[in-house]
Amino acid sequence: MSDLATLAAGCDAAPSVPILRERGQRSVFCGLTGIIWLHRKIEDAFFLVVGSRTCAHLLQSAAGVMIFAEPRFATAIIEERDLAGLADANDELDAVVTRLLERRPDIKLLFLVGSCPSEVIKLDLSRAAFRLSQRFAPTVRVLNYSGSGIETTFTQGEDACLAALVPILPATTARGLLIVGALADVVEAQFRRLLAALGIGPVAFLPAGQANALPPVGANTQFLLAQPFLADTARALEARGARRIPAAFPLGAEGTALWLAAAARAFGIAAPAIEVVLAAPRARARAALACHAPLLAGKRIFFFPDSQLEVPLARFLAREMGMQPVEIGTPYLHRQHLAEELALLPEGVRLSEGQHVERQLDRCRAAAPDLVVCGLGLANPLEAEGLATKWSIELLFTPIQGFEQAGDLAGLFARPLQRRALLAV
Amino acid sequence: MQLTLWTYEGPPHVGAMRVASAMRGVHFVLHAPQGDTYADLLFTMIERRAARPPVTYTTFQARDLGGDTAELFKSAAREAYERFQPDLLLVGASCTAELIQDDPGGLARALALPIPVVALELPAYQRKEDWGAAETFYQLVRACVRPAPRAPRVAGRPARCNILGPTSLGFRHRDDVREVSGLLAALGVEIGVIAPLGASPADLARLGEADFNIALYPEIAGTAAQWLHRNCGQPTVRTIPIGLGATRDFIAEVAALAGVDPAPLLAGEAARSAWYARSVDSNYLTGKRVFIFGDATHAIAAARVAREELGFAVVGLGSYARGFAREMREAAASHGIEALITDDYLAVEAAVAAAQPELVLGTQMERHIAKRLGIPCAVISAPVHVQDFPARYSPQMGFEGANVLFDSWVHPLMMGLEEHLLGMFRDDREFHDGAGPSHLGHTAPKLVDRVPVEAAPADEALSWAADAEREMQRIPFFVRGKARRNTERFAQERGIATITMDTLYDAKAHYAR
Ligand code: SF4
Repeated sequence: MSDLATLAAGCDAAPSVPILRERGQRSVFCGLTGIIWLHRKIEDAFFLVVGSRTCAHLLQSAAGVMIFAEPRFATAIIEERDLAGLADANDELDAVVTRLLERRPDIKLLFLVGSCPSEVIKLDLSRAAFRLSQRFAPTVRVLNYSGSGIETTFTQGEDACLAALVPILPATTARGLLIVGALADVVEAQFRRLLAALGIGPVAFLPAGQANALPPVGANTQFLLAQPFLADTARALEARGARRIPAAFPLGAEGTALWLAAAARAFGIAAPAIEVVLAAPRARARAALACHAPLLAGKRIFFFPDSQLEVPLARFLAREMGMQPVEIGTPYLHRQHLAEELALLPEGVRLSEGQHVERQLDRCRAAAPDLVVCGLGLANPLEAEGLATKWSIELLFTPIQGFEQAGDLAGLFARPLQRRALLAV
Repeated sequence: MQLTLWTYEGPPHVGAMRVASAMRGVHFVLHAPQGDTYADLLFTMIERRAARPPVTYTTFQARDLGGDTAELFKSAAREAYERFQPDLLLVGASCTAELIQDDPGGLARALALPIPVVALELPAYQRKEDWGAAETFYQLVRACVRPAPRAPRVAGRPARCNILGPTSLGFRHRDDVREVSGLLAALGVEIGVIAPLGASPADLARLGEADFNIALYPEIAGTAAQWLHRNCGQPTVRTIPIGLGATRDFIAEVAALAGVDPAPLLAGEAARSAWYARSVDSNYLTGKRVFIFGDATHAIAAARVAREELGFAVVGLGSYARGFAREMREAAASHGIEALITDDYLAVEAAVAAAQPELVLGTQMERHIAKRLGIPCAVISAPVHVQDFPARYSPQMGFEGANVLFDSWVHPLMMGLEEHLLGMFRDDREFHDGAGPSHLGHTAPKLVDRVPVEAAPADEALSWAADAEREMQRIPFFVRGKARRNTERFAQERGIATITMDTLYDAKAHYAR
């Protein structure tokens, strides 16, 4: 483990992996999609997309989230008359927000979420947020970020949202650890227990479950990214003096151990003490993984770009499950944040950044992998062509991080293969 | 700006995609940012299409905006043509691209492709999905059909008609087409072209050869059918064969246009639904209060079936389609109610709660509303959900469609005899208020908690005496809501402040008359 830590120096330390950079049609959601998991995570926040009917339709189609009666998100749909003049659009927005807040007094934090249309017509949502914040202070805080498809790809919406929160985090000079990235509650609780057992504290999480429980940040804050797609949030935290602890991501037994150990070392915990805490849960995770290994070992896997989780997932599947990544597509490769991950990837694997979906499909068909990780638009057509698929969006909605979820994570990849073996029709 | 939680319809370019995906040999190049590619999953996940929809998105990004999004569009269109070799290229812009005004039509024509290019104007800030589908189909028809007066039918040749309107992601379109085709075959009427579903541009070019058109889904086929009427002299069959009565009317209308005798087909009709509706078990369906909401065609048709073929009372009727408001209002008036024309989901929810129906016939949105309010529900219209594409044959139209309607509307309700027994044994442990219909299993929400509006009197000045309240609890729960409502209305109309046992039975006697 300790020899890996020397690789933590960022881009330069990353091994030179060949990267295929492509431009063409991208088949990836926009950043608005993040609202679907973020609104569940921050309980008293509301996400108001300022956009078009397309944006509203995306939100309700992307995850079939219609189960929530009155969800904590909505769209202010721009109409023809709003396009006539910007003064109008601002007044209209204020009226929509006022009505919304009257109706939903439980809202403490309101995000105005920018979309492609709001950006193209240059509707200034940061000014609107400032104006509305003043009007509704102190009951409601209004922030803004962009989830537009011209600026953000899928998980970058969460990055933009969290980055918008950073300036309002309370200041502190106390030493502390901040875990950054939305995690399922169960995962968060497990990490709290493990970090406490390691003797690290205080530990805070961003985002917090409540808008008024925002974690403090300052020059003595060290932060650990729980997700690989948080470039802007990391930059904003660094601007407030916090320091990032470079680490692999907590996927699989190995990733989780590396991630926790990196934090422990940063807090001066000695290697034997770390090992004492991690040994048992890591062994349990390995045992859980062993159940799935026979099915996954030696299988070839192809990743279409989607969540930016592709590199850590490929590392986990290659090193712990014995799978062979054929191509690891990612919408954006953050070399610095992924340095530890890239160092662990098998030799000679093909990485691709950006997308030209048609050419990538050609490569995928030619490679004939055993399993394809892709978005919902591609999954059934590839299945119909005879390829087994795993839809990638499930990786965002399912708790997959940490030791206790390692088996579930492997299970997500094993199930499509199991099912194919099972069906006789 | 309009505050929207859930939307009944997508943007107009999704309507265009529904037409393009339904057809063969058509490819659609859409100027749109990457997030708009979510629309693919409507087809691949909801409809479980085995192929990607034939759509290329330019997926321009912010950094392209300063530069050349027009060039990006051209290269995407050129590549799409080379790769997919379509017979016809559709081009258009989504909401964002509409704002940057790149003129996809002009750009595509500048490529001088050897195939027809049809440019769509889809005003995303004014129009919606159904309109987009209708406009796309109309533009395709205009582009492919050469106007010509209709040649008189040669004596002896069977009459021929086109079936217009079925698309991808339509509510049971696939099965309706099969059912209606069967009716036409039984009448001895030939089918010229079915479009857009399954048609190629070359098929569209043959539309003018038919004697008349059937606009099966007026929301989508209306504009094209009108154009064909004007330019090719083809009359349009207007009856939508949903329900037994409407199917008979449809057969009569088609037979008249085709010059054939409908009597043999009508005599041999095969719908069980009519007999089932008359069977004694169905007595319990009498006067069931039903709330209907959907696209105009399905909602209006459902209201007729509900009243005439099931003996329900239609207590609510509405649509999210403003374009059909007039038809909707007329239909509602015939049921003695006012139409609800809105695409505001919360307004629909409030209307359902206020009407206290015993059955909701709606879209997937109303299914959620009904679930929350604890009211049985059947889906009758788009917007669709993966469940609306059943593996089995399940049309809404024709004789078999009438059977499907009977089953799918009646099954969510308590079976007649079952309801009766529950009433008789309501004090028995197994039949207590909380017991749902047996077929809904143990996960069914407890009926006692269901209709929250039941708990408090509508008028705050009104109160219930303890004995009357107790007596109310003895009334079978499935009629309790109605009894409570009637009693309160009775008391209000007479200025009674406290409802006693006497008020309760006075009201019962009053409404029994
Ligand atoms: S890509 Fe842009 S227009 Fe499309 S849904 Fe996302 S934000 Fe809205």
